[in-house]
This record gives sequence, structure tokens and C-alpha cells, in this order.
Amino acid sequence: MTVPVDTERTITITVNGVPRRATVPVRRLLSDALRHDLGLTGTHVGCEHGVCGACTVVVDGAAVRSCLVLAVQADGAAVETVEGLAREDSGGGQVLHPVQEAFRECHALQCGFCTPGFLMTITAGLEARDPSAELTEEEVDELVGGNLCRCTGYANIRKAVHDAAAAMRDGA
Amino acid sequence: MTTKLFGEPVRRREDARLITGRGRYLDDIGSDALAAAFVRSPHAHARVVDVDVDAALDVEGLVAVYTYEDLPGPLAEPLPVLIPHPQLHAPRTGYPLANGEVNHVGEPVVMVVATDRYVAEDAAERIVVTYEELPVVVGVDAAREAVHAVHADVPDNVAARHHQETGDADAALAASPHTLSFTQYIERSACMPMEGKGVHARWDAGDRSLRVHTSTQASTSVRAAIAAKLQLSLDQVEVVAPDVGGGFGVKIVHPWPEELLVPMAAIALGREVKWAEDRREHFISSAHERQQRQEITVGYDDDGRVTALDVHVWHDNGAYTPYGIIVPIVTATQLVGPYVIPVYRVIVESVYTNTVIVTPYRGAGRPQGCFAMERTMDRIADALGLDRAVVRERNLIRPEQFPYDHRLTFQDGRPVIYDSGDYPGLLDKLRALVGWESAEELRADAEARGKLLGVGMALYVEGTGPGPYEGGHVQVLGSGKVLVSTGLTSQGQGHETVFAQIVASELGVPIEDVEVTTGDTRRFGYAVGTFASRAAVMSGNAVALAARGVREKALRIAADVLEADPGDLEIDEGVVSVRGTPGAAIPLRTVAVLSNPLRYAFDEAAKQATQFARSASDDKPPVAPGDAPGLEHRDYYSPIRSTFASGAHAAVVEIDPATWEIDVVKYAVVHDCGNVVNPMIVEGQVHGGVAQGVGGALYERMAYDADGQLQNASFMDFLMPYASEVPDVVIDHQETPSPLNPLGIKGAGEAGVIPGTAAIASAIEDATGRRIAAMPISPTQLYDLVRDGSSETTAAWRRRTGVDA
Repeated sequence: MTVPVDTERTITITVNGVPRRATVPVRRLLSDALRHDLGLTGTHVGCEHGVCGACTVVVDGAAVRSCLVLAVQADGAAVETVEGLAREDSGGGQVLHPVQEAFRECHALQCGFCTPGFLMTITAGLEARDPSAELTEEEVDELVGGNLCRCTGYANIRKAVHDAAAAMRDGA
Repeated sequence: MTTKLFGEPVRRREDARLITGRGRYLDDIGSDALAAAFVRSPHAHARVVDVDVDAALDVEGLVAVYTYEDLPGPLAEPLPVLIPHPQLHAPRTGYPLANGEVNHVGEPVVMVVATDRYVAEDAAERIVVTYEELPVVVGVDAAREAVHAVHADVPDNVAARHHQETGDADAALAASPHTLSFTQYIERSACMPMEGKGVHARWDAGDRSLRVHTSTQASTSVRAAIAAKLQLSLDQVEVVAPDVGGGFGVKIVHPWPEELLVPMAAIALGREVKWAEDRREHFISSAHERQQRQEITVGYDDDGRVTALDVHVWHDNGAYTPYGIIVPIVTATQLVGPYVIPVYRVIVESVYTNTVIVTPYRGAGRPQGCFAMERTMDRIADALGLDRAVVRERNLIRPEQFPYDHRLTFQDGRPVIYDSGDYPGLLDKLRALVGWESAEELRADAEARGKLLGVGMALYVEGTGPGPYEGGHVQVLGSGKVLVSTGLTSQGQGHETVFAQIVASELGVPIEDVEVTTGDTRRFGYAVGTFASRAAVMSGNAVALAARGVREKALRIAADVLEADPGDLEIDEGVVSVRGTPGAAIPLRTVAVLSNPLRYAFDEAAKQATQFARSASDDKPPVAPGDAPGLEHRDYYSPIRSTFASGAHAAVVEIDPATWEIDVVKYAVVHDCGNVVNPMIVEGQVHGGVAQGVGGALYERMAYDADGQLQNASFMDFLMPYASEVPDVVIDHQETPSPLNPLGIKGAGEAGVIPGTAAIASAIEDATGRRIAAMPISPTQLYDLVRDGSSETTAAWRRRTGVDA
């Protein structure tokens, strides 16, 4: 008996603003497609059952756990990953997103494995809100409450969310 | 001024790559590698009767299948007992792939290699393993009863009987004015780093060399193990720890079966092979820790001073003992904490169970020891009607008693002699920080809100920075760049930053010029590893000594060029200058160029060091006897014994008597790790440790059923704290430098987790008046305890509530 080969599909995903085509087995997870087919290893896989949030990317503006999405489901979507958070400035240098800047300044990461998921979740959340409004503790709870970190105890992550929101308010 | 950085909250140098997705973790390596997957035992104890791989052979993309029968030479022998000990009388280890018997769910039986992980798992699930089930032993009590044996040739299930005593405990107890005896339990948790283990191997058939990347805490020793097991010369093997997504102890164990099997397959197949552990694999085939049954008898006088302590611990070591009895020894020796214990006897029986192996998890036996000692202090206070802090205070080792010899032998074979500390200072700061004296007001306030409030505290002393040694290498390049390497590994502790701070401070160079490499055997071949809160102490001092060697050489060369006395020179911002003589200066990078006499000039800088450019004495060799070319130095730090850090934690809990939900509303930490290299990083370590302490006290447990099935082997069911479960932590500092090492530092990595279970148990007991003798505790368990009329109540609660005993 020969086990049948997976059916494959060719999909197009706009990743960090760049249209990317890939031919993937239909069962390929979006997380694996990003990491293995598109070489974007900044998105990490911590549990593969949607609990830890390390694999969070932003799909059409919403934070999504890429280990719970099939790559074929993202066909035609716009996906933002951690690699796309920083912008290039006119001099060819790199300008960190305020959330990235705040994470570094507040020591909001240690091993860094969960960090891309936090960055994407928090960025999507902060960008979806009115930046001029005062950030409440309840909002911070909501923004960081669904991702696991084993290193930091979360205190500095919460601090970074406040710092980032303040920076986005001042920059808005 | 950027060069005096020791003690400053320097922002981390690791972060630039980690926040932009440019970190390089194990599974980010080898995009074209073949993938390995494992068939693991579904049974906790069984004979392997047959392995039928036929159905897997048709899977398109399958490359190879390995069973025990395929393991050559030393690979077919049991895995090493890494840390032998005379009291580990019955060590047992597994095989890389099961040899006829499995002893826990998750033990590897077959390795499949295929074109990708999906295909490898397709093939693995088609392999049929026939088992004959055997009786299962789960938990310390079952192991102790020994109705069944995990290993047939160890019928009592006892792997080791660790015993230390400092006097005649029976006589001291008999002579004590009061004694108390009680039994308590602590449950299993696990390190649970966000990144599981993983191994990538590449064999170069041309030069017969093997490069292995592994998510490890001990790359040099993995290298030695691979060389031994795969019968390669050490120089054929290089092992690199890339960015590692957390360790907390589980990655110090080695060689994991996969660390041998993946390289074996890479060599056999002549292809890159990779395995990245998935979460379920991590739960059922990596390591756990913490389960113990503790039987304690304490003698004490009318003032609450301990006169004798007798502790008998049954420690669950799981199915095998690859890491020896380190955890039992640490429990036995660190249990005494900051207290004077005139006579102490401890026996730890380390027993086999049909569960995942037990090896160090952050704290490594200390949380259990702290739980035993601190709950003993609480019991003495309760029995005498004294304040819990007062009883502790009366038993503390006083500052003038250092060095303090406990007359015990530590996990490194060295005496437990505390080098320095100020324990009364810790306790005073803790009382102020948590508001200990106003506990009754807090309780009344909570009561008015319908909540039960309690406070608890726990103190600890932690032996950190054990030997035997670590090394450091510092080299200044002609570009001015300073390369620093050390063999031990990093898992997020910020070593690149801390070691760069130390070298920049010692050498007088901008930190931006310093590049640090850890855990890469190509750069530094001698090392022990990252565990026991030892990295800053061991490698920190080693790189400091290496930097001092470079500085000395730089000053010698510069003195020659500047025609000055080396004692008159200073280095600042990477420039060597004559103190008080403006203009008499030479950049360190030029000194580096001059340190290497050249025949050939390959760039402008090199021209300065060529044979006709340098004026040298005709009657001296270009490289003096005993000297070496290059501005570099290698040095080692090897301490006589561990240095002992200390701390005190307090928790305030509020309990809702409707739901019995336990809310830690305040958590106070006073910690003392000697001189602090980077306070931001130390606080981060404390925060993370406390979160794990709270998890271990209230949420995390490995829920094995009687068949040895781990019922909660996922993040859905194993309750690791989210941000919502971790309390705000307030921190105060004390710095008692270590006299043992040049930098005066003590370890800080594990401290945060150690007293959590003890302090929170104490607080819950204070709130509810019910004796808390088993941790962790859930709301349901607490409800059952309160509802059960036969539960033991505390004397303090009876006095407070007017209930008669």
C-alpha cells in the first residue's frame, strides 16, 4: 500500500507588505508555513495547541494564533509577523516599533521565545485603540492576559505596555 | 562615561535580535534538515514484546527507522549516570531507545527520520509496538510501600539513601523541652521552558566532523558525551547552544537520548537531521521535580529556639537517576536555611516510580527544604503562641557568626560553610516591606469585605556558584573589538550583557566594543554548565580575571611604547594613557596590533607591527620567553566552595469564603546576592522566580493517575500562571558581598522561586486556621480541608476565634 501524498495548494499571502507565493500541503499550519516555507523564523511555536500565544501573528488586522490556522486558510490574507514590526528610516536604519522599544527599555523579555507573540498581540491591541485615551489596567490585563511567559513574571511586560501606549499617544 | 558599568542597569545587548525576530533558536536552524519523530511508550511500565515497522515503510518521504537493535557500540549501553555518588547504591538509567522494557509513559522506543516532521509523524503512528503491561508504581507512598517494583532488581524501589547528621539527634531530641512531629507533602511541577528541547546535527563526511546544535545548558559536556557514545574523537565534535528559549534546569540533563540519536542518524544518513520537541513530548519525556514526603521531628526550648531537627524525606526520583542524587542532597543540606540548628539529622530516601525522571528544576530541592524548615518554624511559633517572625529571629545565624559551618557536605562535595550574610537585616527589611506588624488591621479590613486574609513568610539561604570551575577568554582585536567567550550557556539570563559589563569595567573599554559568546565549544572548550545560580559567579569572575590579564599585558606593551611605568598608565574608553600627562596615549586597538609581531602587512594597521616598522632590541626575541603573540588572555575561576545568597519573602493572601479562590494580594521580597552586576537583570530574575513560586504553590502539579498516565500533559490542563495569576512583587535589596570571589558576587537565578510555597502555605494557614501540610493547594482542596471537621486547626486560629481545641 502506498500512503497517498498530501494534496497541495499554491497560496498567496501578503507577508509584511510583500506578496509571497508558496505551494504547501493542505494540512500545513500557518505557523509552519511562515517558518519553514517562507523562512520567517521569528514566529515561534510554543505549544501547538493555541494556549501559549508564542505563535501569534496579525492576520488582516487581528491577532491570531498561527498554530491554529491552516496556511491555506490564510490564502489572500495580509499577515504581519515580528519581522515586519520595525520600519526602515530614510537613512536605511531601523526604527523599532514603540512596543519593541518599550520591551527593550523595560526588560520585558528574558529568553525571548514568547516575545514575538507578545509583541504582535500587544501591537495589534494598541493599534486598534484610540491612542489618545488613557490606558487602563483592565486594558493591560486584556492585552497580556492570553500569552504565556515562563521567564519574566509579566511585571515588566505590563510596564512595557504602558510605556508603549504612552509613546504611541505622544507620537499620535 | 561608559566604561564603569558594573552595578548599572545596562539595557540588554541580546534584545536587539530577540525583539526583531532575528533570534536563532534550535528549530530556526537547518531549514533543509530531515526531521526526526519518536514513537514513545503509551504505558508507564511494560515489556516491549515486538516492534513492527512494516506499515511505516510505505510512507512516502520516510528515510530511516531506528529501534534499539540498530544502536551501535556504546549507544546500546545504558545512558550515563552523570553524577555518581557513594550513597546512590542502585542507580538506573534508560537506553537511548527502549531495550525491552519501558518505565514511564513517554520513554522513546523508535526513532523515525523523514523528509519533514509531518511525514515523520505519519510514519511513527503506523509503527506497531506490542507491549506486555507490568504493575505500575506512582507516587512516593506507593514506591515506599514497594508492593511493586519499578526495576525488578531494586525490589524496595530505593535508589539512594542519603544520610547526614551533625550530632546525636535522638539524644538531643530526648533532652529537648518540647518536640513536635509532623508529615507533609509537596507535589511535582516542571521547568516548562517556552521552547522545548531540540537537536540539529550536521556531519561533514569530507573531514569527518560533526556539528551539533542543541538547546542545552551544558554544551561542553554534551560534546564529550556525544564523542564517547558515538566513538568520535573530541576534536571531531563541536556543540553549540544557540539562543535557548528558557531552561530552568531541564536542559542541564544530558545527553538526552535525542542528543545522541539525532547525530547518530546524521552520520549514518550523511544528511542534516533535526528534532524539535513538541509540548506533549516535553511533558512526558523531559524532566519534572519536587515531589517529596517529609517526616519532621523538631526539638525546641521555651523561647522557640531549635535544639534538634530530625528529617526523613522520601523523594520521588521518577523512573531513572541520570542526574544522581543532586536534588536530594540539595534538599538535605539547604533545608537548614538561615538558622542555627545545634543537632541535625537528615535522611533522604530517593525512590523509583514509573513516571518521568526527576532532575533539578530552578531551586533544585531548595523549595522543598525551605518548605520543611519554614513550616517547622511556623509550627513552633503556633505551639508556643509566639509571633512567627520572632521565632525565626531567635534562631537566625547572627552576622558575627560568619563564616558559619553547618558541618554538612554540599552537592559539590564541599562543606556547607556560609561565607557571609545578614539574616536579621533581611528579616527587619521584610517586616517593614510587607507591613508584618499591621497584619491584624489588614485582616480586619479584609473581613469587613467578606474575605479571609492571612500573611506568611519564609526565609532561605541558597548555595550558589558551585565549582569546579569556569573559564573566560578575552581578546582585543586590531579593530578595537573585544571578543569575550566563556563555555557555559545562556537561556535568557542576559549573560551577554552582564559579562560585557564586567569586561568593559575591568578593561576600560566602551561596552559597544565588547562581543560575548557563550556555550559554543568552538570558542571555549572547557566548561561545566549553567545551573545552581552559578553563571555570574563562575563565568563572571572568570571573564573578569581574563580581562585583568589582558589589561596587564596591554599596560606592559603600552608602557614600552610610551616609555612610561605600567603603574602610571590607565585605560579609559579604550585608550591607554599616562596618568596626568596629556597626549601620552595609545589606543588599545593599536596595542593589540603591536602585541603580535608581524612579517606580513595585510592592512594599514598591520604595518605598524611589521619587523621594520617596530624598533625592537636586537638582543631580545620578538616574542619574549613566556609571552605569547596577541592581546588576549585566558583564565579560570575555581572557588574553594559555594557562596551563599539569602533572602526573605512574605505573602499576603485573601481567600474568598464562597469560592475558596486564593488571591495573593501582596508579595514582598528582600534578597541578598552580594554585589549586583546589573540590578535590572537581577530584579527580572526575582520576578520570574516568584511567578514560578506562585505557580508551584497554587496552580502547577503533574496529575498522574494510578496507571502512570499524565492526565494534564498540555498547557490546557497544566496551569502555568498567566499575568492574571502573578501578584505584584515589591522588592528590597541588601548587599552582603561574598569574600570568596574577586567580584564579591553571589548567584541570583533561582532565588525567587525558593520560598514561594512555604510563604504562601503559611499565609493560607494564617487566613483559614487550617493546617496546610500539602502543597500546591487548589481552591477545591482548600474547601475540602475547611469543610472536613477533622482537619487540624492552628492554635493561633483557635485563640483568635475563641474556638476550643
